[in-house]
Amino acid sequence: MSRVPEAFEDGPAFIPYLAVGDPDYESSLEYVEALERGGADLIELGLPFSEPIAEGPTIQSAVVRSLEGGMTPTRFFEFVEELDVDVPLVCMTYYNLIYQYGDEPGPRPFVEKAAEVGIDGFVVPDLPAEEAGPLREACDEFDRDLVFIVAPTTRGERLERIMDQVSGYVYVQARLGVTGAQEDVSDQTGQSLDRLAQWDVPKAVGFGIKTGEHAANIVAGGADGIIVGSALVDIVAEGHENGDSAAEVADRLETKARELKDGALRGVEQRVPHPERQ
Amino acid sequence: MSDHEPSDRSGNAVESSKSDESDDSGDFGGFGGRYVPEVMEEPLDQLTEAFETIVQTPEFHAEFREILEQYAGRPTPLYYAANLSEEYGADIFLKREDLLHGGAHKMNNAVGQALLAKKAGKERLIAETGAGQHGTATAMVGALFDLDTEIYMGKKDANRQRMNVFRMRLMGAEVNEVTRGGKGLADAVDAALEDFAHNVEDTHYLVGSAVGPDPFPWMVREFQSVIGEEARKQIREQTGSLPDAAVACVGGGSNAIGLFHAFRDDDVAFYGGEGGGEGADSKRHAAPLTKGRDDVIHGMRTRVIDDDVEVHSVSAGLDYPGVGPEHAMFRAIGRCEYRGITDDEALEAFRTLSETEGIIPALESSHGLALAKQLAEEGEHETIVVNLSGRGDKDMEQAAELFFLQSE
Ligand SMILES: Cc1ncc(COP(=O)(O)O)c(C=O)c1O
Repeated sequence: MSRVPEAFEDGPAFIPYLAVGDPDYESSLEYVEALERGGADLIELGLPFSEPIAEGPTIQSAVVRSLEGGMTPTRFFEFVEELDVDVPLVCMTYYNLIYQYGDEPGPRPFVEKAAEVGIDGFVVPDLPAEEAGPLREACDEFDRDLVFIVAPTTRGERLERIMDQVSGYVYVQARLGVTGAQEDVSDQTGQSLDRLAQWDVPKAVGFGIKTGEHAANIVAGGADGIIVGSALVDIVAEGHENGDSAAEVADRLETKARELKDGALRGVEQRVPHPERQ
Repeated sequence: MSDHEPSDRSGNAVESSKSDESDDSGDFGGFGGRYVPEVMEEPLDQLTEAFETIVQTPEFHAEFREILEQYAGRPTPLYYAANLSEEYGADIFLKREDLLHGGAHKMNNAVGQALLAKKAGKERLIAETGAGQHGTATAMVGALFDLDTEIYMGKKDANRQRMNVFRMRLMGAEVNEVTRGGKGLADAVDAALEDFAHNVEDTHYLVGSAVGPDPFPWMVREFQSVIGEEARKQIREQTGSLPDAAVACVGGGSNAIGLFHAFRDDDVAFYGGEGGGEGADSKRHAAPLTKGRDDVIHGMRTRVIDDDVEVHSVSAGLDYPGVGPEHAMFRAIGRCEYRGITDDEALEAFRTLSETEGIIPALESSHGLALAKQLAEEGEHETIVVNLSGRGDKDMEQAAELFFLQSE
């Protein structure tokens, strides 16, 4: 069974993302574990792909560091097995890697292996709902969740197709463009949440969340969870550039995670009843 | 052969000319589709709609043809290459896309897409380029239509195609040399796709070959199919009948599909020459149709070279790990035969055409010529149309170096 729903059981979920293997395998294990100590309710583990078309420069650089360190799908699965965390895990990667893994073409071998090592679900930014049939089937077979991203521009038929396929949570992209930490967290978020109000899956908002304050605002605005990637990857990158020890970087990640989680919790108290959603 | 409806060449039949073999997972017999981040869906939907509504009007068509004729120099000749025919031992007709403005077939597509972008209100063009021919064509139409133009080119390609870099800059385009990955065409496509994802609102991604997410493959085909339409008419005028075979080089597959499309329902055999590099059985080639697997790359499901193969071709324009989805379908249904033409075979053909006809072909096009030589030797086809997709001026530095190395 997928454990993804557990992440949303007690209030807003804090969902951090890191590229696995950035900057190296061993440090990366420590970093992911630090996120759990900092209060992560679910962790998105990025399996690096050489052509990450949905990512901004921050995560692209992380992907490059990880690939240069020798990360592959096989290493990724070893990593997940070795990882000592209890929260649900979602694998974020591109369809090419999922499709080509294993002996038979198609997503099934990847999903089977991922399920075996303890991955609960998948986010695949370059896989639109129309093309997701085979992956959805494999997820059903192995009881895994398939998360979809909804952009500010997603409407009409595409929104409905996503609704048909999505499970676990829906990833609400806060603004246009690619991933990357930003000062402003757009008010397109509120509109996106309104459009999804009737969906019965939790709504986690990502893209550009950087501080506890952002997290609080997003949760106050109605999100069931917050997804934070670039702000954490930045900490890894900085530590790497300055030659800081993995332990120091892990501490910083834990502190940042706590700030974001606390922000999310504060956001619940700041929620004002939404006139249209009542 | 396939069970297609004959396609309507009036330009009104985009819907019907999308494959009958299509299924849910793609437009070309299970290949193609749209594997892109959700943010790119809306702009691609808009592009599809613009393509269906704007391009399919008689006004657009008239304007497109006018520019192709007055600016770009269409129609291009279909030239009976008597000397080469004698050398090879079959009747070889060359479709002279090398004489098109810019020096390659890329201009047809660049004009079509830029015109569409302009009409759809876009302010900026971006493009990837390998050999620099598509980048050059894009820089030309960027200047012509007064659109900001930015070209992504792998550093490796920028080094081996300096002249084109200078040409693009002279015409006002910004040339962005891509330094990641293998610094080749695939990396330039990645960079352009990312730019597109960032700037979808004001930017048109002028894709240079029949590749990428839907609707690009069929849009590029639409704009390139003028090649085959002319060639079909010309060969009938010159010989009274259709050719036995049509041959083209295949990088992403735009000049090939442009030639083939008009002959699709004819009894004409199709051959595509891929970048065979050091041989399709070696670990350095760019021949996914000859040797590869089904996979997803650059927003489409198609054929891709194997993971342990380093993408390589002597010609920058064929140096690409994937191929357009319609070719993946043609291969699957047996409509076209694809062969990996090695670097050496292509270089030999490059030399032969230069010496026999006084025409220096692009290294890309030389792959088609080398394939025609094989066919002539095999003796199954008498009349062969080869798409001479571009001229070789851009390759002179590289050729000089290679030939000097070989003669030492
Ligand atoms: C002259 C020429 N021919 C062929 C190609 C290959 O592209 P395609 O397969 O799309 O025709 C290129 C690409 O740069 C080119 O410049």
